[in-house]
Amino acid sequence: MSPAFKPGDRVRVKADERAGHVRTPAYVRGKLGWVERIHGAFRDPEKLAYGGDGLPLQPLYMVGFHQTDLWRPYAASGGDSLYVDIYEHWLERV
Amino acid sequence: MTPAATRTVCARCTAHCSPGTSEAAERNKVPFHGKRIYAIRELLVEKGILTREEIQAQIDTMEARTPANGARLVARAWVDPAFKQRLLTEPKAACLEMGIDASSLTEFVVLENTDTQHHLVVCTLCSCYPRPILGRPPDWYKSFAYRSRAVVEPRAIMREFGTELPDDVEVRVVDSSADMRYLVLPRRPDHTEGLSEAELAALVTRDSMIGVTQAKQPHLAPSI
Repeated sequence: MSPAFKPGDRVRVKADERAGHVRTPAYVRGKLGWVERIHGAFRDPEKLAYGGDGLPLQPLYMVGFHQTDLWRPYAASGGDSLYVDIYEHWLERV
Repeated sequence: MTPAATRTVCARCTAHCSPGTSEAAERNKVPFHGKRIYAIRELLVEKGILTREEIQAQIDTMEARTPANGARLVARAWVDPAFKQRLLTEPKAACLEMGIDASSLTEFVVLENTDTQHHLVVCTLCSCYPRPILGRPPDWYKSFAYRSRAVVEPRAIMREFGTELPDDVEVRVVDSSADMRYLVLPRRPDHTEGLSEAELAALVTRDSMIGVTQAKQPHLAPSI
């Protein structure tokens, strides 16, 4: 499955609140960031956790955020950033 | 009730307690999840799925991994720019060159600290950690306090570890939320020219490969 996004693309993390085993941390949901790198494709943990085979493989991205976009206020240097690994089905193009 | 019980220093803590008291019994109780793990272990052995020897061999393998592995990778990267490139682009292969078996990791990424960027690794969801390279994570790394605060106030966390970075150094927190594991390649300290690789490795602490500290400064000769 070829990745939908490439490094530098601006993306938004979906603001979903789905139940079950989800590895997209709540603090980045609905936030705007950018694709920093593509890690490859991996089995979907949301299916693996319930005995599924996790297929099809999901592209996994390192997504970057400005700390000042995540926390209001961010108490320290405005240049700081944060990176989370997020599966493609949680990302929307901006 | 033990009359005139001998007050001894408890082996598990620094408090004084009497063996045989309810206080000692409470402290030595196996917690609920510990009992479950022991029960599962006994069932696995009983059903012939694992042997005690296999379990012990796995414990021995995991206990043999120490941060010294990571320190050797870092020291080699500091002295050998071509190795550093391989460590950054093909980390598992670079580990194998140094006799470190990272094959059990799905994949891992080495984060290079520079004059302008400092990385801090956390797993907010659980305790993901590059165990094949560094061994077991410290308790504080697994605590709710670290996992919740590292993403919001990384500089405050680092300050508590004695690390202060200027504002023009970008702090990059990396939350290992999925299949990747992360290892920080700390900056080589100043005044380390001429040190051997082994001497350099001695400066690389576990905490510097997580990112809460930098590598140690070399011991400077005391001035009179």
